[in-house]
Amino acid sequence: MAETPEHAAPTGRDAQVPDPLDAASVASAVEAALADIAAAADLDALKAVRIAHTGEKSPLSLANRGIGALPKEQKSAAGKNIGPARGRINQALAARTVELEAERDARILVEEAVDVTAAPRRRRTGARHPLSTLQERVIDVFVGMGWEIAEGPELESEWFNFDALNFKPDHPAREMQDTFFVDPPEAHLVLRTHTSPVQVRSMLERDLPFYVLCPGKVFRTDELDATHTPVFHQFEGLVIDKGLTMADLVGTLEHFTQQLFGDDARVRLRPNFFPFTEPSAELDIWHPGAKGGPRWIEWGGCGMVNPNVLRATGIDPDVYSGFAFGMGIERALMFRNEVVDMRDMIEGDVRFSEHFGMEI
Amino acid sequence: MRIPLSWLREYAAVPADATAEDVMAELVKVGLEEEDVHRPTDELTGPIVVGQVLSIVKEPQSNGKTINWCEVRVVPEGAEQTLAGDGIDPSGVQGIVCGAHNFVEGDKVVVTLPGAVLPGDFRISPRKTYGHVSAGMIASVRELGIGEDHDGILVLSTLGLDPDVGTDALELLGLYDQAAEINVTPDRGYCFSIRGAAREYAHATGTAFTDPADAVVVPPAAPGGYPVRLEDTAPVYGTPGCDRFVARTVRGVDPTRPTPPWMSARLRLAGIRSISLVVDISNYVMLELGQPLHFYDLDTLSGDIVVRRAAAGETLRTLDDKVRTLDAEDLLITDASGPIGIAGVMGGASTEVSAGTDNVLIEAAHFDAVSIGRSRRRHRLPSEASKRFERGVDWTVADIAAQRAVDLLIELAGGTVDDAVTDVGQAPEPRVIELAADFPARLIGREFTDEQIRGTLTDLGATVEEMDGGYRVTAPSWRSDLETREDLTEEIIRLVGYDTIPSSLPVAPPGRGLTRVQQQRRRLLNALAAAGLTEVLSYPFVSEASNSVFGTPDEGAPPASVKLANPLSAELGFLRRSILPGLVELAKRNHSRGFRDLALFEAGSVFLPDGGTLGSESIPPLGIKPDDAVLDGLHSGIPDQPLVVAALFTGHETAPSAGVIPRAWDWADAVDVVQLMAQVTGVDVVVRQGNHQAFHPGRTAEFSLRSGEVLGYAGELHPKLIAAQDLPARTVALEITVDLLFEAAADVIVARSLSTYPPATQDVALVVDSAVVAGDVLETLREGAGELLEDVSLFDVYIGQGIPEGRKSLAFALRFRAPDRTLTADEASAARDAAVALAAERHAAVQR
Repeated sequence: MAETPEHAAPTGRDAQVPDPLDAASVASAVEAALADIAAAADLDALKAVRIAHTGEKSPLSLANRGIGALPKEQKSAAGKNIGPARGRINQALAARTVELEAERDARILVEEAVDVTAAPRRRRTGARHPLSTLQERVIDVFVGMGWEIAEGPELESEWFNFDALNFKPDHPAREMQDTFFVDPPEAHLVLRTHTSPVQVRSMLERDLPFYVLCPGKVFRTDELDATHTPVFHQFEGLVIDKGLTMADLVGTLEHFTQQLFGDDARVRLRPNFFPFTEPSAELDIWHPGAKGGPRWIEWGGCGMVNPNVLRATGIDPDVYSGFAFGMGIERALMFRNEVVDMRDMIEGDVRFSEHFGMEI
Repeated sequence: MRIPLSWLREYAAVPADATAEDVMAELVKVGLEEEDVHRPTDELTGPIVVGQVLSIVKEPQSNGKTINWCEVRVVPEGAEQTLAGDGIDPSGVQGIVCGAHNFVEGDKVVVTLPGAVLPGDFRISPRKTYGHVSAGMIASVRELGIGEDHDGILVLSTLGLDPDVGTDALELLGLYDQAAEINVTPDRGYCFSIRGAAREYAHATGTAFTDPADAVVVPPAAPGGYPVRLEDTAPVYGTPGCDRFVARTVRGVDPTRPTPPWMSARLRLAGIRSISLVVDISNYVMLELGQPLHFYDLDTLSGDIVVRRAAAGETLRTLDDKVRTLDAEDLLITDASGPIGIAGVMGGASTEVSAGTDNVLIEAAHFDAVSIGRSRRRHRLPSEASKRFERGVDWTVADIAAQRAVDLLIELAGGTVDDAVTDVGQAPEPRVIELAADFPARLIGREFTDEQIRGTLTDLGATVEEMDGGYRVTAPSWRSDLETREDLTEEIIRLVGYDTIPSSLPVAPPGRGLTRVQQQRRRLLNALAAAGLTEVLSYPFVSEASNSVFGTPDEGAPPASVKLANPLSAELGFLRRSILPGLVELAKRNHSRGFRDLALFEAGSVFLPDGGTLGSESIPPLGIKPDDAVLDGLHSGIPDQPLVVAALFTGHETAPSAGVIPRAWDWADAVDVVQLMAQVTGVDVVVRQGNHQAFHPGRTAEFSLRSGEVLGYAGELHPKLIAAQDLPARTVALEITVDLLFEAAADVIVARSLSTYPPATQDVALVVDSAVVAGDVLETLREGAGELLEDVSLFDVYIGQGIPEGRKSLAFALRFRAPDRTLTADEASAARDAAVALAAERHAAVQR
C-alpha cells in the first residue's frame, strides 16, 4: 500500500466545523475535501478521505447535524448551503473511485504478465503414422469418386493370391513375387504378396458393376534396406463394368494423380507383364513437385483385367470388362514427401511420425 | 538378359555410334525394362597394345624371387612410336619388369603402357623396381578383367592369335564392345536370345530385322542318326515332357583349341564365363538363337537315348559333381547306362565333354516348361537352359540351332559332321486365335486401321488371314505367350504405342462411402493420436517364445502360431498373436536413440490359428470359378486375423518443462486409454481385475463386453518381463481387439432425455475388505440405487487411521435426479440407503 502523501493528509476530522449559514466556510470545507479527494493516490487513501469528509464526524456531517439546532427560519438557508456541498463531495468521491479502480485494474494486469515463451508443455503430442495418413488421403480421393473401399486378410489362401489371378502353378511369374509361405507349404497359405486377392474377393462377393479400391499391407521376402522392406503397403483399384477400355484406365489414373500431385501431373504407360492383366502396363507419373524438378517417376502397374481372372470369379468376360492398377504407399511417401530412407518408415522412431502429426 | 551390341548389330539396324543406354532407351518402349550397362572400357583404357618380347634377363632377388627384365617391342620394327609421354620410350621398345615365367622371347603379349588404366582404377606409370625403371606391364587376363587366370601373363598365341606388334589390344580382344542388360518379363522367353532382342529392337525402332535362323542352312534330314526314343509315360498336365529331340554327330573335334577372342568377349559381356571351346560354342548358340543345347562325349554313350520319367531310387551325378536322387516326375535323358541328364536342367558327369573328347553328340531338344520348372525347383538347379525352357523355347529352332553348333564346331574345333540327322518328336498344333476386327478398339478405347492390326501382327511373325468380321491369327512359334485376343491386342497397342491410348474418366455408380467399421477405425486411431499417443508400424514376425508370453493370457501349453516356411530370420519365424513384442522392440530402439518418454500405439492384424484346419489341401484350377463348397473350404482354412490395437508407455507423460514436474506413466494410464477407446466407439465395457502372464498379476485390468466376450488387457507389464526385456521399470501396456468393439457399437445411439430438475447428491463412504474391488461395489451401488440414480463415481480410496487393518474405505458420489419433479431429500436418501444395503449384502460393506 502506497503511503499517503503528506499534502494529501485528510484534513476533515481535525478541521473546523463550518458554520452552516456561512457559505464561504462551507465552500472552504468543500474545497478542502475536493483537494483531498484529488490527492488520494489509491483506493485506501481515498477510503480515508471518504471517512474524513463524509463520515459521521466529518466537518460537513457535523455542520449538517448542527442545522437541527438552528432557528426554524434559518434551517432552509443552511440546508441549501450544506446539501449541495455534500453532493459535490460525494460526486467527486465516486468519480475518483472509478479512476483509481481503473488504475488498480490496469496495474494488476501489468503485474500478472507472464513470459508466454516459457509456457510448459502439459499435453503430450501424438501422431498418426504418415503411411496411414497418406493411405487415408488416397482413399478419400477414390471415395469422392464414388468408389468403395474393400479389405481382406493378410494371411491368404494361395488360390486368392495366385491361381485366381491367373498365375499358372508352375510359371516363373509365381516366383517373381518372393512369397512368404506358411509351414507346411501343403496348407497353401501365403502372406499376400499384393492386395490383389482382395480384388478376387470383391469379384466373388460384390454386385456388378463395381468400383473398389483395395488398400493394405503386403509382404515379400526382401531384406530391409534403404529402398526395400519385407512389409509394405499398396493400394489397388479394380473396376468391373460394361464397355470399359484402357482409355478409362488412363483417365482414372490421371484424375487420381492430379488430386495427389496437382493439376500438372500426368501419367504414362509402358508395356509390361502381369498374369492378371492383359494388356498390362507399367505406370509412370509426371510429378511436377519432385525434388530437383519435375520428372517421370515409376509408381506401379496396371492393365485390363485378364478374362481368366473374370472367369475364375464367375464373371462373363464377353459381357463385362475391367481394369486394375496397383501402387505402393511407401514409394509415394518417398517421392511425394521426400523420405530418403525406407527404414525411417518402419523403425518406429517417434521423431518420424511426430514430424507429420496428423497431416501428410 | 545382357545383349552385346556388336552381336545385336548383326541382326538389327543399331547405329554404329549407339551406346548401351541408347539401345535400352529403345527397348523400354516395347516393354523390355533397362537394368544395367556393361562396358569394359568404363574401367579399362589404353594405351594397351600388342607387344613382342625381344629379350628376357632373369634376375634372382634377395627375397628368393626371380624377376624377368624384359625388352618388349610395342611398335612394328622400322615404324615410329607415335605415342608420347612419361615412360613411353620413343624407340618403340619398352623395358618392363615382369614376375611371370610362362613366356619366352618372341612371344606376343599384351602390354599396358604408361597412361593406361586397368579395372580397379589401377593406373599404369613408369616405376622404379628391382633396380630398373619398369615402363608398363605385361598383362594377365585377370588384370585385363577378361578372366580369372593369374598364373601367368596372357601369351596371345595361346588364343590362336598372331597379331602385328602395336595392334590395339582392346580391339583385338573385343573390349570396345558393350552390353545392354534388360529385364525380360516371364512371358517373353524368346527375348533371352539375341534373335529375340534384335526382333524387339526392330519393333521399337521400326527398322529392319534379319533373322539369324535364316542364315543357317539345315541339310535335309538323313536317316541313321543316333537313335533317340521319346517315352514319357507320365506327362505333367497331359503335355509330353519332350516333343522334339534333334541329335547331330560331329567327329574328330579338338576341344583343346582356344576359344576365339571374339566369342569369349561376347560370352563374357553376356555374363557367361568362357570354359572351353566346345562348351563355349553350345552357350554361344543358345544366346544367339535361344535354344539350349547339350553336348555329349559320343564315346561315353551306350545304347539308345531314351527320354523318360525317372524311376524310383534312380540317382544321377550331375555336371556340378553332386549326386542327386531323382524324383519320379523328373524328366530324364537316359542311355543304356541309366540317367545321363535331367532334361533341360543339367547334364550328367559321366557323359560330359572333356579335353579328351574326340566325338560330340549335339542335343537340341524341346522340353515342357512346367516339367522343367518343377525339376529345377526340386533340385534347386537354376541354369541358363532351365530359365529358357521354363519361359518357352521356339519349337522350330531346334534343328537350326543344332546346325549352327555343327557349323561352329567344324569351323573352330576342326570336326566333321555325320550326314545322318536325328530329329524325332511331334510339332505342337499351331495356335490359331480369332480376333474380331473391332475387338482391339473395344478393349483399348481407340480405333485401329486394318494396316495397324494386320501390319503389327505380321511384323511380330504371326500369320494373319482374313475371316468374316476379323482375322484368323496364327501365333509365331516362338511366342507361346500369345493365346487370346487380349494377348494379340496387347501386341498391337505395344507396337503402335501405349502413348496413343486416349483418356476418358468412367463414372462410378453412387457409392456408400467408407463403411461404418472403416469410419470407426479412423476415428479411434485419430482419437488415440489426439490423446497423445504416437502411431508406429512394426513387422508381424515374432519368435514362438514371444507368442507364448504375449499371445495368450494363460501360462502353460504354447498357443497355436502360424509358422513361416521361409522366414527372413529363423528366430522370428512366426506370425504375431500380439502386437506388443513389436512395440517392445520399437520402444527399445527409441530408448537407444535417446527417447525414453514414449506412448506408442499400433493397429494391426494378429494371426490366431486356433481351431479348425490350417489352409487347404488342394487349390482349385485357373480360370474356373470354384463351387461354393470349395470356396468355403478355402475360407475356413484361413486363420482368424482380427484387428488389434496395442499401446506401450514408458517413462513420463511429458518431458520436464518450466514449472511442470513430469508425471510417470502408470497402470491407470493404460486403463484410461482403453476407457477412451470405449467412449470413442460408444461401447459400454466392463473392467475387472485381470490375469495375463505378460502383465503384473496385481496391476492388470481385463476388459470385456457386456456379453462377456474378452476385449483385452491393460496395465503394468510383468516385472520379470520388464527386466528380461531391459525395459524401464513400471512400463505399462494395453492390447484390445478393436474389431469386437466395432461390432458391439450400436448402429444408432438413442438419445437420453435430459431432466432439467435439480439433482440431489449424496456421498457414501463404504468400508470393505481390501480384496473387494471398487468397480464391483460401484456396479452394485448402481444396481441398488434404482432408476433415480443418474451417475455414480468413486472419488476417494482411504486406508489408514480409523479403518481396521485389512479393510479400506471407498467414497462414492451418487447423483440422483427424477425426470418429472424435484426430488426430496427423503427420496434421495431412500435410494441411497437401498444402494448401501445391496452393497452390504454383496460385499459386506459397512457405511462409515
